[in-house]
This record gives sequence, C-alpha cells and structure tokens, in this order.
Amino acid sequence: MNKSILAALAATCLLAAPAMAADTVKIGLVTTLSGPNGVIGQHMKDAADLAMEMLGNKVGGLPAQIVYRDDQFRPDVGRQVSEEMLKRDKVNFMTGFIWSNVLLAAYQPIIKSGIIFIGSNAGPHEMAGSMCEPNYFSASWQNDQTPEAMGKYMNDQKMDDVYLIAPDYAAGKDMVNGFKRYFKGKIAAEVFTKPGQSDYQVEISQIRSANPKALFIFLPGGMGIQFVKQYAQSGLRGKVPLYSAFTADETTLPAMGDAADGNYEVSFWSPDLDNPRNKEFVAAFRKKYNYIPSYYAAQTFDAIYMIDDAVKAVKGSLADKKDMIARIEKADFPSVRGKFSFNTNHFPIENFYLLKISKDGDGQYIRKIQSVVFADHKDAYYEECHMKASK
Amino acid sequence: MIAVAEQVLNGVQFGITLFLMAAGLTLIFGVMNLVNLAHGSLYMVGAYVAAATFNATHSFLAAIGAALLGTAALGIAVEIVVFRALYQRDHLDQVLATFGLILFFNEIVRMIWGATALYAQVPQFLAGQVELLPGAPYPTYRLAIIGVGLVVGLLIYLLVMRTRLGMLIRAGASDRTMVGALGINITLLYTLVFGLGAALAALSGALAGPVFTVESGMGDDLLILAFVVIVIGGIGSIRGAFIAALLVGVVETIGRAFLRPLFGLIMSGPAADNAGPATASMLIYILMATVLFFRPQGLFPRARR
Repeated sequence: MNKSILAALAATCLLAAPAMAADTVKIGLVTTLSGPNGVIGQHMKDAADLAMEMLGNKVGGLPAQIVYRDDQFRPDVGRQVSEEMLKRDKVNFMTGFIWSNVLLAAYQPIIKSGIIFIGSNAGPHEMAGSMCEPNYFSASWQNDQTPEAMGKYMNDQKMDDVYLIAPDYAAGKDMVNGFKRYFKGKIAAEVFTKPGQSDYQVEISQIRSANPKALFIFLPGGMGIQFVKQYAQSGLRGKVPLYSAFTADETTLPAMGDAADGNYEVSFWSPDLDNPRNKEFVAAFRKKYNYIPSYYAAQTFDAIYMIDDAVKAVKGSLADKKDMIARIEKADFPSVRGKFSFNTNHFPIENFYLLKISKDGDGQYIRKIQSVVFADHKDAYYEECHMKASK
Repeated sequence: MIAVAEQVLNGVQFGITLFLMAAGLTLIFGVMNLVNLAHGSLYMVGAYVAAATFNATHSFLAAIGAALLGTAALGIAVEIVVFRALYQRDHLDQVLATFGLILFFNEIVRMIWGATALYAQVPQFLAGQVELLPGAPYPTYRLAIIGVGLVVGLLIYLLVMRTRLGMLIRAGASDRTMVGALGINITLLYTLVFGLGAALAALSGALAGPVFTVESGMGDDLLILAFVVIVIGGIGSIRGAFIAALLVGVVETIGRAFLRPLFGLIMSGPAADNAGPATASMLIYILMATVLFFRPQGLFPRARR
C-alpha cells in the first residue's frame, strides 16, 4: 500500500517536473565576469538582478530565471558559452555582451536558434546594417552613434587638429568612423592600440611631438583608467585637452580620481537624466548595491523590461515569437531613458548628451549632463538593413 | 632625434618594471626549480596592499612597507602550505597548481576590495615632471621607478654573489641534497628565497599601482613578458634578467613607436596600419626565438657541471 502511494507520488513528480521547467522563462546573459573587465559584468549582472527583484522574479507573469555566463573577454569563449546556453540550458531569450568582437562571434548561432536576442551593450555596424535580423534587438546603441555626438560637439566648437586613439578591434574602428562622420576639421592622426594595453607612455610621447590641439579617445574599462592617469602624470593634460567616449564612466571614475576632473564625455544616458523612471532605477540600484550605476547597468535593466513586456503581450505563450517581436518593436516598456523607440533595424532612436565629470555632494566623481548634442538620433546604417520577414 | 631618445627612455623604464617582476621569478625558478605562475598574483597583492595602505595613511613609505612585509608574509605562507608539496613534482603539476592559485587570488582580492579598480595615487613629492630631454618633460614618478629598479638590482646581485646567504642559495640550486647533508636547513632556505621573491613582486606591484590599474588580474599579462625575460636572460641569472628586461623593454617600445611610420614609407596607409602594430607585438617573441636559436640556455646561463 505505502509502496504504491510512493510510486504514484514519484511518478507524478517525474511527470510534473518537465512541465514546470517549461513554464520557467530562462534568460541567458553573457558578459565578462572575471579579470580586469569583470567590473562591467558586475554592473550588468547587478542591474539584471535588480530588474528581476522588482518584477518579483517573473517576466510577463511567468516565473523567470537568469542564467549568467562569463565570456572572459574572449570571442571564442563567448561563442562557446552561448551555444551551451542554447543547447543545454535551453534559454528562451539571450541578452548581454559587452564587446563587439565577442558579440560578432556569438551572433550567428544565437540568431539561427530563432530565439529573441536583445544585446545590452555592443553595437557593431554590421548588425545595424547588412547583418540585421528580425530576432535581434539592441537595448543600447550602434557603436558609431556615441562618438558621432562627440564629433559633432567638437565640430560645433570649431576645434581643429584632433588626435584620435582607439583600441585595434571591431568597436575601435566603428568609434573612429563615427567621430569622423560629424567632425569636419583636421585629424592630426589616428592611432590604434593593442586591446588590453596597459602602458601608454609610447603613445603619450608621440602625442607630445605631434602637438595637436585636442585629443579624442575611446578606451573602455581598465585601458581608460591607465591612459587617463598616465596622461595626467605626463603633464600634457593642461596643454592638450582630452575628450572621450565610453572611457571615464561610473565603472572607471573611482580609480581615475582627479585625473579625469572636468573632462567631457558623451552618452545616451547618465545617472542624473531627469525622468521619474530613471530616478526610481538609480535610487533602487544605489540602495541595493551602494554604488552608482553605469550605462552598462541601465541598458541591461531596460533589456530585462523589454523581455517582460514581450512575454506579457503574448500572455506567456512563448512560441508566438512573431507577436513578441512586433511588441518589442513598439518599445512600450518603461525605459530609464524616458522616451525610447526602435528604428527599422531594431536599433534605438535616442538622444545623446554632452557630459562633464565633476564632484557630487559626497565628493565622488560623477558625470553630469550639460546639453543635448543629438535629439532622436538614428544610426548611420539602418538604410542598409533589409530585414527578412520574421520567422 | 629627441623623439627617439624619449622612446628609448620609455623603453628603459618599461624594462626596469619588467626586471623587478622577473628578478623574483628567476630566483624562484632558477634556485628552487619551481614554475610559479602565481608570481603575477603576488604582484597584484602588492599593488592592492600598497594602494589600500596609501588611501588609509597617505604615506607612500608606509604603503611600500606594508606591501613588502604583507606580501612576503603571504608568499611564505603560500610556500609552506602549497609549494612544499610541489618541489618534487614535475613542472606540469606545478603549472596546474599555480594556475589554480591565480584564479584563487583574483577572486580573493575581488571579495575583499570589490570588482571596481582601486584608486592609487602618485605621492605628492613625485607628482611633477622633470625636463630631462629638452622639450620633453618626463614624469618624475617614472624616473623614480628607474632609480628604485637600479638600486634593487644591485642589492640582489650583491646578496646572491657576495653574502653567505647568497652562497647557500647558489649551492642549494646546484645540489640540494649535498647542502642538506652539510647541515644547512634547506627547507628554511627555500622559504626565505620565496619570501624574497614575493617581496620583489610586491615592490614591483606597489610601484606600478599609480601608473597602471589596480584591479583583479592585473599581473597576468606582465607575467608572460616576465617569463620571456627570464628565458632570454638565462633561467636563474639575475644579471641575465636585468639585461634581458632592458632589451625586451627597449625593443618592444621602439617597435611600437616606429614600426608603423617605417612601414608607412614602403606600403599604403591602411596596410601599414595593420602590419605595423601586428609586427610590433611579435617583435619580442622574434627576439626570444633568435636568442634561443643561438644560445639555447639564454644569454647568461648558470654554470652547470
């Protein structure tokens, strides 16, 4: 008697288990969690966790779970962990990706699996143009857009003889191209450095002998900390002003200290962006983690809410991918950017702001919005995108 | 001409940084026949302890002192707990175990100090620039690193070649069993050498903190270059490590600064943009291969009998 009850119970559990698993929405998030750039991954992971907490660990009413994987800042590893997530974890959505070269490596397998993929940082130009796909969305920007804003600002200031430095990888080339699209003055030189380089004394000596009027750099993460500090130590900072994109931000400012005081940056977002949704996000984030969120965090937070909105629209029926894609295209979720819409290539149309680095009331360095450089700015590649009908 | 002189100076400075790292590595590798991949972790710990101490006390000397003592103590602890079990194992086991230590230490510093890089500042009295070459002011702090590196190099050379401890170290490297049979406590000797190596790595890290980023994993890239240096210099030779470090530093720097313009003279702009940096990053490995082809034991091999 007892035995048969147990057997029946066991059988019920076995039968019930797969059904439960199918009802849990799994979101795969690939980012860099180890090594020098692990801090960026930390911002993204913390933001995703915060979004899940605020959503009560559900997306669109279904219980949800985020699966995190570390790409180790390497394209081959990024592709491998993505394939693992698709095959073994059977994720329903993918998001994350800091680095353009890692994203480009993992892009095809994810797209071919047919699941909806919302990148939350990198935006290589290929994916906004000829390689655009119905099931890919960007919750961030196309790489060229941010440096375009700096190019426009420096052009409007009638600057001339500008020296450019970026790392030698996919995004570095995009950044320089974006800058040059709107900057019409003379370019003193374009220098591409080794990704992950730590000593910039060679380049700084070259800048001194070239003697340009201004310097524009794109050196994300640890590279930027090192360049900005070494530049200040060289004594050149007072002579050749430094402008940057994705370099002096909330992940790097604590380590730069005074070396970045007064520098200009550009971004689509800043912690002081004035809208109710952003205030709610920044306050909740600072309360939970006790540090200031970066745009990496803001983008990832938005990406999770896009997924929530899509699942809500199809009332939890995850097989209706077409309807979910149509819903995400509407961009009807509450964005920390305030106003938000998608272009035909599934990349955002958004504002870009000029930011200045200065101290806040607590003596911490933060980025403050100065002015709008571009309103509702579209990327330069959307006309090359001929989206096939969604599957 | 000034531009070339300035880049040579940059190369020397980079070489000295490498030397501080490689000196400890070559001592440990040469004397104890131990491949220690975790040497970069000791460099990182040194940088973290120095930065944290400096931010708390605002004293540069206290920061350096804390980094040296703290990391030497940590090194000795690791030697006793981990490495004593590894001396008799082959190099592959040592690589595996010390690689594990790298992951362990990277995670530990992240747990203690957080994922964000730590702020490390140049002390006020070294913050300016010195106009060593006309029209090219050079950061005082980097000149100070050159000075410290030269003094430390001389001290280690004297220690190994001119003192009783150095004699024991050299003897222990040649024949461990015989030195033990003569009544010398070889286990203690190895622990001391390891502590010394750890202190050198810490000094290098503490000095590098204000120039580079104090972050988890900061020593890993430098470690590869330090291995190149000790292989070129001859494993176990302090003099070899010094010459090889300067050679690697200058070749790397000159390559990075001048190959691109040089290639620009003989090929189109975009092609030179690709070929220049690519060749520059290969240069030190080409140097290593060339040296090993003519002198498989390195430039200054230890005498073998």
